Amino acid sequence: MAERSFAKEVQKLRLGKGETFAGEGILAVTKALLQSGIAYVGGYQGSPISHLLDVLADAQEIMAELGIRFEASANEAAAAAMLAASVNYPLRGAVAFKSVVGTNVASDALSNLASGGVTGGAMVIVGEDYGEGSSIMQERAHAFAMKSQIWLLDPRPNLPSIVRMVEQGFELSEASNTPVMLELRVRSCHLYGRFEASDNVRPAFGLKDAMEAPRRQTDRIVLPPANFQHEVEKVRDRWPAAIDFIRQHRMNEFLGGHSGPVGIIVQGGLYNNVVRALQLAGLADAFGQTEVPIYCLNVTYPLIDSEVVGFCADKRAVLLVEEGQPDFIEQNVARILRQAKVDCALVGKEMLPLAGEYTGKVVSDGLQAFLAAHAPALLGKGGARPPEAGSNLPDIAGVVPARPAGFCTGCPERPVFTAMKLLSREIGEFHVSSDIGCHLFSILPPFSIGNTTMGYGLGMAGMAAFQAPAKQRTVALMGDGGFWHNGVASGVGHMVFNRNDGVAVIIDNGYAAATGGQDVLSSRAANRSRTTQHPIAKAVRGMGVEWVKELRSYDVAHVRERLREAMTTPVKGPKVIIAQSECMLNRQRREKPLFKAAVSKGERRVQERFGVDPETCTGDHSCIRLSGCPTLTVRDNPDPLRDEPIAHVQNDCVGCGNCGETAHAAVLCPSFYRAEITHNPTVWDRAKARLRGAVIGWLQARDARRRARWAF
Amino acid sequence: MNAPPAPEAIVRPITLAIMALGGQGGGVLAEWCVRLGELAGYRAQYTSVAGVAQRTGSTIYYLEFFPEAAIARAGREPVLALMPVPGDVDVVIAAELMEAGRAMLRGLVTPDRTTLIASTHRVYAISEKSAPAEGRAPGAPVLEAAQAHSRRFVGFDMEATAQQGGSVISAALFGALAGSGALPIARGVFEEVIREGGKAVEANLRTFALAVTEATTPTEPSAPAIDPPPAAAPAPRDPAVAALLARIDGEIPFRARASAREGVRRLIDWQDVAQAGRYLDRLAALAKAEDEAGGSRQNHVLVDELARNLALWMSFEDVFRVADLKTRAERFTRIDGEMGAAPARLVTVTEFMHPRIDEVRDSLPEVLAQLLDGAPGRWLAPLFAKGRRIATTSLAGFLLLRLLAQGRRWRRRTRRYAREEAAIDGWLARIATTLPRNYALARELVRCQRLVKGYGDTHARGSDRFAALMARFDRDGQAPGYAARLAALRQAALADEEGTALARALAEDDALVSQG
Repeated sequence: MAERSFAKEVQKLRLGKGETFAGEGILAVTKALLQSGIAYVGGYQGSPISHLLDVLADAQEIMAELGIRFEASANEAAAAAMLAASVNYPLRGAVAFKSVVGTNVASDALSNLASGGVTGGAMVIVGEDYGEGSSIMQERAHAFAMKSQIWLLDPRPNLPSIVRMVEQGFELSEASNTPVMLELRVRSCHLYGRFEASDNVRPAFGLKDAMEAPRRQTDRIVLPPANFQHEVEKVRDRWPAAIDFIRQHRMNEFLGGHSGPVGIIVQGGLYNNVVRALQLAGLADAFGQTEVPIYCLNVTYPLIDSEVVGFCADKRAVLLVEEGQPDFIEQNVARILRQAKVDCALVGKEMLPLAGEYTGKVVSDGLQAFLAAHAPALLGKGGARPPEAGSNLPDIAGVVPARPAGFCTGCPERPVFTAMKLLSREIGEFHVSSDIGCHLFSILPPFSIGNTTMGYGLGMAGMAAFQAPAKQRTVALMGDGGFWHNGVASGVGHMVFNRNDGVAVIIDNGYAAATGGQDVLSSRAANRSRTTQHPIAKAVRGMGVEWVKELRSYDVAHVRERLREAMTTPVKGPKVIIAQSECMLNRQRREKPLFKAAVSKGERRVQERFGVDPETCTGDHSCIRLSGCPTLTVRDNPDPLRDEPIAHVQNDCVGCGNCGETAHAAVLCPSFYRAEITHNPTVWDRAKARLRGAVIGWLQARDARRRARWAF
Repeated sequence: MNAPPAPEAIVRPITLAIMALGGQGGGVLAEWCVRLGELAGYRAQYTSVAGVAQRTGSTIYYLEFFPEAAIARAGREPVLALMPVPGDVDVVIAAELMEAGRAMLRGLVTPDRTTLIASTHRVYAISEKSAPAEGRAPGAPVLEAAQAHSRRFVGFDMEATAQQGGSVISAALFGALAGSGALPIARGVFEEVIREGGKAVEANLRTFALAVTEATTPTEPSAPAIDPPPAAAPAPRDPAVAALLARIDGEIPFRARASAREGVRRLIDWQDVAQAGRYLDRLAALAKAEDEAGGSRQNHVLVDELARNLALWMSFEDVFRVADLKTRAERFTRIDGEMGAAPARLVTVTEFMHPRIDEVRDSLPEVLAQLLDGAPGRWLAPLFAKGRRIATTSLAGFLLLRLLAQGRRWRRRTRRYAREEAAIDGWLARIATTLPRNYALARELVRCQRLVKGYGDTHARGSDRFAALMARFDRDGQAPGYAARLAALRQAALADEEGTALARALAEDDALVSQG
């Protein structure tokens, strides 16, 4: 079950015509899909689009009522391949994943889909993980749209626009027999707003209709000679059809003033930043009314030459606000203006940064520079800009520490890295090929483990070259999410087939944890609409690995021992260690309420927590360097003779046991203790406690009296 | 061309940014704020940047409120921004002190506009926690900046308020927002939002109310903390102890007396009065040497540091000491308090001890230890290869540890004691010979003791580094300006666990010597 439940929110998906929907962007997109009459939907989770998949999973009942099939796809390629249903039949469908990493994985299917074209509307919803908060390489989904000829929609970031683009996107797809891509930026996915709903539409032609009356068009399949024909169709038929549709339906918007010496061309997703920049310059009101003409590209690919020419023809200069690089749109607009011989200066990345997110400040600065150069009269109207912030701040840049993401409290992945760190002290450093997932936090302090990461499920493949005779083996890491996403074939299959002699550690925490705790095949819990409980070890053995060890990840000493064995055994071939323990975030979410309820009902329950004795802790923090648990922190040293802060375990310790195991395995220090708190003790518990208390108390009192003799 | 916006039409949205740490409940607070805006007659929009930052990293939520009345008047939808623009933020809420600092660094806090509401408690970043010694960032510069560069700063420990109210920090932050008066929204609306939420309503309202009070009570900047005058210490009952204290007053410079008293207390507690006497002998001898070397001009800082470091080294942590501390009544009381022991909550305690054969040898007299250096030690080693869990609150566990604690009686005959004493003598001798010619260098020598701490491997590593520094000192200590070089070496030795910084510093030092 996912980290966040939308069980309550999905009821909003039932809203009908004229009712007001209020909620998050991803929920609005889902509602728009239902209003568009889709027959199927699928996808693979990943920020910022994870919640869309969670919403879909929670909305299965509502979708079933409309005859919609939802698939939790194995990966993005599988999701994109699902769109094949729209090739032969008038079935609308959508898939969602994060971009660009998901689009990378999906691109084989996307190319095939775009080559043959579609009959029913096919939409790819990409969550563009770009800019602040992003955890991936900074590339543009735009390139995929261009290379495969998929129309790219980039709606203005407000719910009515987004919903309209989803609905029109399907029509555009059908009108031009081309799949479309809806680009949702991070903040649009999590945007809370409102729009006026329409009724949900049950597809007139359903999946059942297609299955019972299959249609075959072999010229839609990518095989010669059809593939050559497809390329011609793209430019001869589909492109012009799309241009006509986009123009007729005014998918791009001309906002602001109608004439003037300068104008702004902006990607739809950045429109609000441009308006805010104009507001700050005193050139727009709160409703975006401005005398500066704005050409807002809700469709960023293809560009409509006639619209661009029409917008620019009477202007001295236009500012093009296009985020990311390469500057595909700028190159395109420049070509259009050049060919149409329009004498209008095109200002884009000349005054806006070549790379990086176009935040409010960036756009505002760029606009100011543009106006100063090309329309100083306008600039004068705006009055004074708000004072520059922080210009005379005391120098706290050196004080405020960086706050990288890290493993959660009680995370079962941490002990695996503790064991690796301890082992490397024994047998020397080894090369580590990392994967994608929470476990990639190992590359950050305090562990600093990992050399490369080549993609989701590619940890094992990433060490393929290191097969020379050497004194040290190489280690690959992979999570259960990556394993099922891609790792089974690209990792395990590859290692077995190539007789790879490396060591692979699979971290099996029961969920695709990094993307929000979605279930995977090997999840322990039952899932009401999927099958789970397919052990990873069984799959690994099935692929032909003989050296397989399953172990409990919290047992640091044992993990280290098995790792040592894997690194040093004379046995050749792949060695796979599966480190198991449930994701603590998910476990706590499930168990904490149950525990509280039991305790308040008066049932006996034992809770474990760790602590550090301030008297024995000497403040060297080696425990922190081996753990990094958020609840293991520091506080002032109460010892008047010492200055260094001592280690301290906060109240939110969940008692995972890692501190104790690490103290043992690393022979750290005796300062850690485990407290067992027995709630609602039995009569027997109390009697035992009383007896112990009496004897121990008597002895302690004697010792205290002895010490009191010397006290001062 | 559109007419330029009429002045009365220019209504700007109220803008709020929330800076939190993943897992702090920033999302809950943001949702409350949305509801707050809606109930108060605003169109509320909020966005966040989630992603991996949710896992303990810094996260930011951004909200804009726009009056519904203005929307109705204009008959149009406002264009609201999805991210804060520096200079254009009305309220910044930071759930932790350094996150307030981060907001300022991002330029979100401006003196003409921004009310900054920040909890002043600290959640230490990993870089601050993992430093081998003091790595915590100072909070004062951030507080100072917050005061100076916000329109209004509302700052107090809201984590403490939350604990007091039995809730979480989001409720305290919400209360501080209400109390700050930064929004034109009545307190009752805030409370209605909490009630609507329906979860832990009582605790949230209690915390909210505490925070409102705290935020509305004007606080004068408190006077700099001055250590409270030492509580009149009970006069020593024991004449031998009284004699030691009298010696401190007679032989130790004033500045170092408090430390010396702590040292005496520590050594009596660790061993006995005789051991404290031995400590004072050593300290007094060096105090005399220091005074002769012009220590009074230096305000006797060396003696003060020596009083502490010598006491720490002489009361090194061994098995007996640990067992002693683990079995004390004060500790039981402290743990009961921390774990919230009550009649319906019994607390038991388990220790993680890992005596290795080395520690066993160290705890024996030299003759016996030598026996274990050979084959018998190897035979016994497996017995001490594993960590032991000892339940201190059980009778068996307690008695075992108490028995171990009694081993204190033969401590002065153990191998470890002899080894530490020899090392201490070597260290003190270096200080004594250096004092007359180079006060600064002698002081650096005193400080080097701080390298030796911890247990097991950590202790061994520290001792090795200390020995390496002493060897350097013996070789190069006569060189001019060596105090600064020794200080650099000491800092390098504390910089990291792997010893990379120290290795580099030692190599640089070698290069200097070969040039010189």
